[in-house]
Formats: sequence, C-alpha cells, structure tokens
Amino acid sequence: MSAAAHLDRRGFLTVSLLGGTVLAFDACVPLSAQGVGAGAPGVLNAFVRIAPDNAITIGAKNPEIGQGIRTMLPMLIAEELDADWAQVRIEQTLANDALYGPQVAGGSRATPVNWLPMRRVGAAARQMILTAAAAEWGVDVATLTTERGYVVAAASGRRAPYAAFAARAAGLPAPDLATVTLKAAKDFRIIGTAQPGVDTPAIVAGKPLFGIDTDLPDMVHAAIAISPVFGGTIKTLDDAAVRAMPGVVAVVRLNSGLAAAGGADDAVAVVADSWWTAAQARRKLAITWARPAAGGDHATASYERTAATLLDAAPRHDLYRSGDAAAALKDAHRVVTERYDYPFLAHATLEPQNCTARFADGKLELWAPSQAPAAGRKATAKALGIAPEAITIHMPRIGGGFGRRLMNDYMVQAALIAKAVPGRPVKLLYDRADDIRHDCYRPAGWHRLTAGLDANGAITAITDHFVSFGQDGEPAIAAEMSPFEFPAQLVPAVHYGATYMPTTMPTGWLRAPTSNAMAFTFQGFLDEVALAAGCDLPDLLRRTLGAPRTLPPPERGAAFDTGRARRVIDAVCTRASWTGGRARPGARTAGKGRGFGFYFSHAGYFAEVVDITVVDGAAIQVDKVWVAGDVGSQVINPLNAVHQVQGSVIDGIAQALAGQKIEVVAGAATQENFGDFPLLRIDGAPRAIDVTFVPSDAAPTGLGEPALPPVIPAIANAVFDATGRRLRSLPLRLA
Amino acid sequence: MSVTITVNGMPRTIDVDPDKPLLWALREDMKLPGTKFGCGAGLCGACTVMMDGEAIRSCQTPVGSIEGKAVTTIEHVATTAIGRRVSEAWVALDVPQCGYCQAGQIMSATALLTQIPAPTPEQIDSAMSGNICRCATYLRIRAAIAKAAAA
Repeated sequence: MSAAAHLDRRGFLTVSLLGGTVLAFDACVPLSAQGVGAGAPGVLNAFVRIAPDNAITIGAKNPEIGQGIRTMLPMLIAEELDADWAQVRIEQTLANDALYGPQVAGGSRATPVNWLPMRRVGAAARQMILTAAAAEWGVDVATLTTERGYVVAAASGRRAPYAAFAARAAGLPAPDLATVTLKAAKDFRIIGTAQPGVDTPAIVAGKPLFGIDTDLPDMVHAAIAISPVFGGTIKTLDDAAVRAMPGVVAVVRLNSGLAAAGGADDAVAVVADSWWTAAQARRKLAITWARPAAGGDHATASYERTAATLLDAAPRHDLYRSGDAAAALKDAHRVVTERYDYPFLAHATLEPQNCTARFADGKLELWAPSQAPAAGRKATAKALGIAPEAITIHMPRIGGGFGRRLMNDYMVQAALIAKAVPGRPVKLLYDRADDIRHDCYRPAGWHRLTAGLDANGAITAITDHFVSFGQDGEPAIAAEMSPFEFPAQLVPAVHYGATYMPTTMPTGWLRAPTSNAMAFTFQGFLDEVALAAGCDLPDLLRRTLGAPRTLPPPERGAAFDTGRARRVIDAVCTRASWTGGRARPGARTAGKGRGFGFYFSHAGYFAEVVDITVVDGAAIQVDKVWVAGDVGSQVINPLNAVHQVQGSVIDGIAQALAGQKIEVVAGAATQENFGDFPLLRIDGAPRAIDVTFVPSDAAPTGLGEPALPPVIPAIANAVFDATGRRLRSLPLRLA
Repeated sequence: MSVTITVNGMPRTIDVDPDKPLLWALREDMKLPGTKFGCGAGLCGACTVMMDGEAIRSCQTPVGSIEGKAVTTIEHVATTAIGRRVSEAWVALDVPQCGYCQAGQIMSATALLTQIPAPTPEQIDSAMSGNICRCATYLRIRAAIAKAAAA
C-alpha cells in the first residue's frame, strides 16, 4: 500500500504484528494538516514497536547534529503512548521523505513541525492498546488507564503490560489521528522533564556513532583535491606516480559541484586502502588548474572597495517601502547614520565533511552525515543519472551541522567516486583545509543605516542600504534580507534597499542565517539611536514596540508579536538587574561594560544582557550573559533547551570575538585551519550564562538558533559602554 | 615496518609506515575509532589520547616515535579510577551536544586530574584550552571536571 496514496486523508495509523509477536505502529500524518509548515510534503511514519517482553522501540527520524532531536522527537511519542522513558529504545530511521516526511535539521523547524504529529502517533497507539485490553478483559474502556507501559484497571487493580494485548490490538481499526485525544499539559510526565541525550553514554564510551566512523567490509578511502580557485577546473593531471603507489586503488576525476556541467572537471580523488595513504598520495598528484572565465581575480579587498562605493549610491533593488522615508528624515529632530559590516564565515564543524557510498548494480547506498538527506538524494540521483528510489540513505550521528550539512556537495562527490569503484564502499573524508577552503560561506554584508527621531525620541524613519552578493537582482543563498527586518513594521517611514555584487564563493546558511548578521547590524545601530534619543536600548525598543499586538506575517516565516517581545525584554532586564547600560559611575575605568540585544528569529523571541571586561584596553572578555527567551507554551526538554541556548550564545561570542573571517585572494579562500580561522576556546567562554524561559500561549517552536543573534550586538554595545568606542565591523577588534 | 606499542593495556604490533600518525594507526590499523580527527595539526584536541599519563595529540605523533610506550584511548579510559570518575561526571551532567570532540575532552580532563587532583577554575581553563568544542559545551566541561575532582 503506497503511503503517498493517502495524502488526502486526515491521518491514519497502521498496525501490524511483525513475525507474529512484535506489535508495530506506523503512522501516516499529512503534515500540512497540522497548521504548521503549510504545504509540507509527504506523510509521517513514526514507528513504534512493542516486543513480547514489553520493550518499546521508537524510531527517530531526523538527522542528529547535536541539537538533541534523537531524544526530543521520541519523547513526544513516548509521552502520549505513556511509555516508561527509561525503558524506551531509540532507533534511527533511514532517510526516506516519502515515508517520514521532512527529515531536515534546519531552520529550527523540527519542533513546530512535529509537536502535534508525533504526539498523535503515541496517543493513537495507546488508545488501540486500551481498546484491545478492554475487549480482552471484558470491561468498559473508560474504566482502564495506563501507567508506564502497563494497562491498569483502577477498580480491580489488575495490570498487564502493553505487549499482552499485541495480537488483539493488531486486529483493530486504527483511530483517526486528527481526532485522537491528546494529554493536557498538566498531565505530562516526560514532556517538560530534563532528559539527557539518548546517545550520551555511547559518546562518553567512544563508540563509533559518527559518519567518519562508518566501517564496512572491503571499504576503501578517498581524499580529494578540489580546485583551490572557486570555479577553476583541471587543466592537466599527471597521476602516474600516484597510481603506482602501494595501496592506491584508483584516481578519479569528478565535478565537485562547482564546475559547469558538461565541461572540464574540477576535482581529483585518490582512492586507497586507508585514508592516510590516500591523503599522502593526493599530495603527489601533479595538477595544474585552469582559472575560471570570471572571478579568478576576486579578492576580499576588492569586495570591500566595491561595497564602499555602492553604499554611497542608491540601492538598486527595493526590499521594503512604507511612507516617505526621505521626507521624514528631512523633518526629523535628530538623524543618526552609520555603516556596519561583517565578513564571510566558514562553518567549521569539528567532524570534517565526509560521506560513505557504495555503488553496485545501478543502486547506491549512502552513509551520509547530512542535515538535508532528501535534497542530497535528489542532487546525487541527478549527478549519477539514476532514479532517486535507487538510493538508500543511512543517517549516522553528525559531528556538528551549523548549516554546513544542508549542502550535500560532499555526498554527491562520494557517490561519484563510488561509481568509479563499483561494488566497494568508499569513504570520502575532507581534511581541515579542504573543509575550510571548500565551504558554503555565510556571505559578507555591508549596510548604510539612517534613522530619524522626533523631539520625543521616537523613531519616525529608518532606511538601510544593504550591499551583499548575488546576481541578476537576486541575492545569493543566505544573502537575503527580510523586508520586515525589525523595526520595519513599527516605524512610520521605511526604505530598505539592496545591491548585489557577483561572487564566485559558494554561499550557504550558517546557524541563524541572516539573523546572525542582521541582529548585529540593527541592534548595534539601534543602540546608537537610543543614545541619540536619550534613553537606553530596552527603553527605545519598548517605545517602538508599543501596545501588545500581532503584526502581519511576512511571506515566509512567523508573525511578530510585540507583547511577546516586550515580555522577554522586561524579563532579562529584571533578571540582570538592568538599570540602564550607560554612565554607571566608575564602570569605564574598571574596563567593565554592559550591553543589551534583542532579536526575533526562527519564531523565537530572545533578549540578552552581556557583562564584559576590556583587558588592557584591547582584549574583550565576556564575563556573564543573561538570556530570556520565549519559544512558546512548552519547553519540551528543559535540560537540552538550556544546552542549546548556552551553546548558541557562545557560538555568537565566537563570531564576535574569536577573530573569525574568511578572506579570498585571487579567487581562493586563504584560511585553512583553526590557526587562521579560530574557534572560541574554553578560556573565552563566560563564567555563567543565566537562562530564563518566558512561556507564552503560542505552540512550541525551535531552539537550535534563535538564542544566537542577540548576543553579538549585546557585546558590541557593551564595548561602547566600557570604552566609548563603537565597533561597527565584525569580528570586533579594539586594537 | 612493524611497531609495537601498548594500547589500552594490550601490546599491539602493527605493520605500518612509522610516519603514520598514531591517530590513523588507532582508527585504521587497530580499529579504535573513538579517537577523532579534527584538524590534523594539533590545534583542536579531538585526537587527544593519554601516553604514560600525559595528554598527547595523536595526530601529531608518528606511531614510529612511540615504540614501547603505553597509550590509553577513550575506549579504555573508564577502566582507570580517574577516567571512570571523569566519564561518570560527563554522563551525569550530560556534557555532550554533537559529541564529536568529547573523547578528546575526556582524555584531556583525565590527564589534568591525574596531574592536579583538585584544579582551580583557572587551571581547568588552562589545561582544557587545547580542546575545541564547536557546540560550546564549555560550561558543562568545567562543571564536570569539578564534579569528578570532588568525587
């Protein structure tokens, strides 16, 4: 029975008895009926297996990148199933969007997309077990309840494990998932409780969980040389010496994904019996590279010069217009105008990009650390000229995502290499230089912002000219600026415009994409506007937000609620005893500063206060961070929620202070390891990050990203507080 | 060429290029993949193992240079008293996020507590600053080391 045939249904559960003993539930839920992710394709198949010994196995369907989804999604099912969480076993499903619906680690979307569907699966399964038990015992179902995997008759005290009713439950008609009764929040036993990661013990024991740990019989290993200049191709290749080396199995030319289709390839893979051998052999390849037709001379310095010139001119494309910004600025009591900018960034996941592929008999099997395996399937099928259905994708644990693995370039490369050594599994592994020099970078951007204030210190107009990268009037991936960028919807006269420069650098989404840059730009600038308005940033925001109300939603994304914003701003100010960031007597001489930032992204509202110390007038040390966030009515796993917030905050501190910057010279990225692309180390982490969740009536939303953006401007604003110097360029540097 | 080292209490003789880093000898020749590859340059600490009680970067250690030495990896560290306390603290505080760096973190933490049983916060930061955690689990790493030290 094809799952796709049931797309028109309101959702259903299939139940069966596997091998005559194991009770199996497979639920299909059209996700678009959930009121979230409108138009989300496919059906959801979240399996539950109950073995004769009452062991319960729950399928985890999404890629795990450290966001805790392998724990959190099964918690939702277990809650409504009323299983004993301590006894539940978790099994990673295959990537199969036809069966499971969206399996994406991106956009902080997994919580809103799965909150109801996963619970309905568990609730429907429980209901069927209760119905079976009532029939078995000859009692009214209303007299029965459940308790941690057991059916209980309250009056008689009779109890039996779920497994006792497997055969009978398997013969029952399944309830309609859309109408199945869910628990009230007050009855939650698992949701809302702190649950450690299901893989934590295995990680601590050093078990092979990650893509890089994939080990298959007869496996060979690949190292790859990709044109260092983006868009360059192979001009000449002499691989005779390499082919003669012991252990080398093959030398394979391929298109990394950046070369024009049908033209010359731009990468060479060496396949050998060990990765170490392959990596050594790769160095002995004699390759000369042809420069690309355009972009071979691209350089960070010329991007900066061009951007500075473009900023002086009018934007070529309108993003948002409301009122008459030019007139409002002319009439303004005060006008503030400043420029902000930020660099290209790499993702630098600690597990370098890798993928294992086996091609045999026209079929491909992948062990792919991918945040978006469905997109990878499509790209791989196209590159190999095979049907998407001919590809099986396993989802190993992923050593960090941050958006890098939403791109599947390395997956396609592994598949192309595997096709050249049919029958043998090939593990492609980048080294660190490959990983940093062949990323899909967070695009750099430049802004010229102007705001007008009236005599009461209210913002009457705001304009922004945003310069970044793209072509034909369209922004590159992750260079999109939302037309509703805060505070566009709250200011009478607005003009946002953009101008895009060409680049050969591949771009991509970095955790809290666009928001990580826009928060710095706008919240830094608004701190300057607040100073001109004679107040502090929280007060300027309160003034701008006005009465609690929901603003019209953007074309994509969540609507902004001014009341929810106001509550997190107030909460963090209370928690941090914010008394106004400026002019605390003696503060500057001690090198101490305090800053504030607020941002709304990925449907989450976050306000953050940062205390810093400036050491010797140069080094910026973050001492403590306070965070208040609103991600809806329910924090599903409070332990992991705090971990995600703390990790996001430190990730933001790294972007602000570690010195991260990808530069390009003569068309190639120049950074190549953690020496020149530094990550934050433990001695740069604050002593404490205080996290407060401010519940609201909204349905729960995700936590992988929205806590990151506000900390960056909060640090810049704290530096101003400590030193009187305004830093408007990332990474922040005083000396 | 054959090299003999003691790994996790067992003498192992492998036929290997003596220049091959210990990291790859562990992962490929001894099937101990718990030790991780992060940078290949001694900058991230993901490959940290213990050799004769000290933390070393296995990606920077040619296997031929440690003939006769005793190496402990993440797979075996919990069989030592300090390693067990560290591992237990790591589980109790749910330190990992993605988990990729944690083998190296645990090895560095175990080496620290082997040398300094009750480190100060500054000593913890100093000893652990060679180990990068991209997910930034640093607050829990500090707390877990303090917990293991107090256990």
